[in-house]
Amino acid sequence: MKNKSLVSITDYTKEEYLKILDLAAEFEANPVQDILKGFVVATLFFEPSTRTRLSFESAVNRLGGRVIGFSDANTSSATKGETLRDTILTVSNYADLIVMRHPVEGGARFASEISPVPIVNAGDGANQHPSQTLLDLYSIRKTQGTLENIKIFFIGDLKYGRTVHSLVMALSQFNATFYFISPDELKMPDEYKIYLDNLGLKYFEYKEFTDIVGEADIIYMTRVQKERFSDPIEYEKTKNAYVLRAKMLANAKPNMKVLHPLPRVNEVHLDVDSHSSAYYFDQAQNGVYTRQAIISSILGIK
Amino acid sequence: MKDKKQLVVSAIKDGTVIDHIPAHDLFKVISILGLDHIENYITFGTNLESKKLGKKAIIKISDVFFRNEDINKIALVAPEAKLNVIKDYKVVEKKVVELPDEIIAIAHCVNPMCITNKENVPTKFQVVDKKKVSLKCHYCEKITDKANLKIN
Repeated sequence: MKNKSLVSITDYTKEEYLKILDLAAEFEANPVQDILKGFVVATLFFEPSTRTRLSFESAVNRLGGRVIGFSDANTSSATKGETLRDTILTVSNYADLIVMRHPVEGGARFASEISPVPIVNAGDGANQHPSQTLLDLYSIRKTQGTLENIKIFFIGDLKYGRTVHSLVMALSQFNATFYFISPDELKMPDEYKIYLDNLGLKYFEYKEFTDIVGEADIIYMTRVQKERFSDPIEYEKTKNAYVLRAKMLANAKPNMKVLHPLPRVNEVHLDVDSHSSAYYFDQAQNGVYTRQAIISSILGIK
Repeated sequence: MKDKKQLVVSAIKDGTVIDHIPAHDLFKVISILGLDHIENYITFGTNLESKKLGKKAIIKISDVFFRNEDINKIALVAPEAKLNVIKDYKVVEKKVVELPDEIIAIAHCVNPMCITNKENVPTKFQVVDKKKVSLKCHYCEKITDKANLKIN
């Protein structure tokens, strides 16, 4: 994977996912190493994202590399009207690898085509965020012991959630069974269902999940955002149906874990945090190991 | 019918005749093939009667012979188009068009947030459904379908 940009989750094969996950496990066992000494990684965040940026920067720092960059387009030359093209061609002189988040969709793909150094996409608008998907896979494998034959519930906004779409694409290579639970307005788009149909994979659609929680190996929660609803009354009626509470987990399997890409607002009640199924903060920690794996494999160190 | 056509748009000695273009897409075909930027002798007729298309257009271009990968691009708007290659006033070859696997720098991406609509980046699509004309953007990965298709 040396010098291969990571723009979309479909850029990597199943074998490459597994290589990254194995490497992430190595970093989890030994997270502080000096292998990036002398390397500079640029983090260009044209729109703010506290978690993703800090996670990448933590990953680089713990491996002895240095980080340059900006956390907001307002502090970059983009405010002077510089094109993405020029920013990338310039910064690629300063860094060995560029991690970028940009509100324009396809911006990272374009950057990877013009940049002499590899690009890691840390989110391009509503399109792709592949390092999130890899850390989700890592969290699933770590808690379930395998990625094969997982039963996974996706709950909340399945229409706009890019993390959901990418994880569905990735898990489709591991014979997962999918449970899509959402209000009508935020249902899983047809293109993904057609994709699963073509692969002969099973999926079910529900509007609520209290009765079926016992089936799940993984519950993947997402935020139901008010602004996604055309009818505010509809939002008020449905919002509570997609909030997870500890008492709903009474029949959950002992291996079941609750994942959430974070930030959470109210869709996972605070009382879940102390439940043995709560895994979202561990998931965030796994993000650092996964990003250490992504960066060191692209830089050709591992 | 054939005689009538030749009355409307005069014959050429050598070159290419593109027939069965939907009349309202004539100028798109001209633009896709870049005919508005060449010096050759070109005649066209439009709003001609056609049983198949209702109103059709025909273009005759002297001394131009297209490569398949170029001419196939017009399948985006004129999937029924038929080509006659003319040498010395005679049809020496007939061709039909077929949508290629990739469409580069011709169509607009439907997604306003796509990089190709924000910066000077030529569009690039993978044709995911040739029959329905469904194009997947190489950059933002969104689908542009026939109903939303805009030609440069």
